[in-house]
Amino acid sequence: MSVSAAVATAWQLRVDRSQSEMLVLHVAGQWTLESRLPHAAEVLSQATMDGHVAHVSFDSAGLEAWDSGFVIFLRAFLAETSRGLITCDLSGLPEGVRRLLALTTAVPERKDMGRQARRPSMLARIGIATVSACRAGTELLAFLGEAFKSMLRLFAGKARFQRSELFLILQEVGAQALPIVSLISFLVGVILAYVGALQLRQFGAQAYVADLVGVAMTREMGAMMAAIIMAGRTGAAFAAQLGTMQVNEEIDALATMGIPAMDFLVLPRMLALALMMPLLGVYADLLGVLGGAVVGIGMLDLGSAEYYYRTIQAIGLDDFAAGIVKASVFGVLVAIAGCLRGMQCGRSSAAVGAAATSAVVTGIVFIIVSDAVMTVIFERLGF
Amino acid sequence: MTTVTTVGEVVAAPPGVPATTRIEVRELDMMYGERVIQRNLNFTVQRGDIFVIMGGSGCGKSTLLRHMIGLVEPARGDVFYDGASFWGAESRERNRILRRLGVLYQSGALWSSMTLAENVSLPLEEFMDLTRVEVREVASLKLALVGLAGFEDYYPSEISGGMRKRAGLARAMALDPDILFFDEPSAGLDPISSRLLDDLILELRDSLGATVVMVTHELPSIFAIANNSVFLDAETKTMIAAGHPRTLLQECRDPKVHRFLTRGEAEE
Repeated sequence: MSVSAAVATAWQLRVDRSQSEMLVLHVAGQWTLESRLPHAAEVLSQATMDGHVAHVSFDSAGLEAWDSGFVIFLRAFLAETSRGLITCDLSGLPEGVRRLLALTTAVPERKDMGRQARRPSMLARIGIATVSACRAGTELLAFLGEAFKSMLRLFAGKARFQRSELFLILQEVGAQALPIVSLISFLVGVILAYVGALQLRQFGAQAYVADLVGVAMTREMGAMMAAIIMAGRTGAAFAAQLGTMQVNEEIDALATMGIPAMDFLVLPRMLALALMMPLLGVYADLLGVLGGAVVGIGMLDLGSAEYYYRTIQAIGLDDFAAGIVKASVFGVLVAIAGCLRGMQCGRSSAAVGAAATSAVVTGIVFIIVSDAVMTVIFERLGF
Repeated sequence: MTTVTTVGEVVAAPPGVPATTRIEVRELDMMYGERVIQRNLNFTVQRGDIFVIMGGSGCGKSTLLRHMIGLVEPARGDVFYDGASFWGAESRERNRILRRLGVLYQSGALWSSMTLAENVSLPLEEFMDLTRVEVREVASLKLALVGLAGFEDYYPSEISGGMRKRAGLARAMALDPDILFFDEPSAGLDPISSRLLDDLILELRDSLGATVVMVTHELPSIFAIANNSVFLDAETKTMIAAGHPRTLLQECRDPKVHRFLTRGEAEE
């Protein structure tokens, strides 16, 4: 019996069954990964079709080339033969092949180390998801508690962090965020004015565009847009910074020094955002109103003085205050999301990326949910 | 009534604990989630020892160190410092024990946003009542001790790996700790730097009178400086030998320990 691939340069295999219970495999040609080698199980079952085999030996005199493919074939072949209690004599194989085979069997496979590949059942997955959701909730609560304790230590004058670090973070989350906040809030003002004008024009009430933009920006959009920008910009940065420190064992080093990482790393970040976010919110309000004015004056033919007075008239102190309260809350929440994900970060570079992504998502969820809650509360209070 | 305050030695050994015992690990089990890493570890580290935690890769050496320095809570058992329980203690007491430890992490773990001098200064500012000038002087001294004089204002990212490790050592020594922990001090260092680091560790032990606990699998270091050790085994998940490394090399019957200490050359 002789099997061979179509191309002349490919592998050739001749099965010699001249002696009873003996099988000699003559391998020749190219036994490489690219030459589409036969399946070991098929070779063995074909070779053993016409009678029992107790012993296999090899002849590789005609072998021109071999690589890992040949070793893989032989490993599978040896596994098959040992299952069938057939002894193998490897002496006919090239020296290198024999050595590689010896290496693969030198350390026995650790059966208990294999991960379970089987997917758990639907019910089990729901259970696992529930348990991990509960655990995430507990972790969040623990983090909030720690952050609160850290705040108390701050007011008691006991919290310790580097002043210089606080100023650096203030600069990073304040002044350096101005360009992007300017652009976004200006354009949001423009969009609001446009959308508002389209509707108000039907009633001939274009002049109310000033009221609409003014109230919407100060009460809602200024704080929210600033917060979302900061979640993407600063929340992710916090998570990445703290995550990298986690990978680098820097947070462990703080812990063994007895310095609470909460005070040293999280507190200045929370403070910085809590201080800067209201300011950014006010700045965003102003730019948004400006964007609305450009549309109102430039395209709706409202007088600039008229637009100015309408805006002043429309915005009450309560609108302005509501915006500032929201911005402060958003600031703390964005900082908490960023720092929480950073501190939870695993010990690999992939984990840092996941922490940064998760910080942004968590931050935006926190912002929107808390905004909804606050809007309802303010409405109930008539604020 | 007068109270006697002893300087230097804060905690006197309680009755029943030999005065020479510095650290005692008792019936310690380490788990990672559901997976057991090591169980039933029992050993003591004597004052002035250079104690090595050895074992193959992945057997839980570094994890044991993290349990000893208070980063991971054991599943069972406790660590005692001078007879005082660490994990059974209040956080205030724990912090007091932690303050007496210095840790050199595998990668150095210097705080990357601070210069070397600031890294060494931070624990000093935190726990000692010193002026700015004094803090700076102590930091310079510690950096000079590890051969980094003149590098005070460099950031960790601007120096080599070996230098980072030495700077980490300077920071670990900032508070003149009684016990120094090293996590694979010579990993990633060339043979000569690693020799120099060994010499430095010996020198520091002798001059500061500190006790040293280190995780390593560098045989030359182990034989050169260690005078006591435990050997953790990944398969049986517990310690299978303890004692002076040279004694273990000559007398230990366990084939795994013997193979480890001879790099498996004896049987070939």
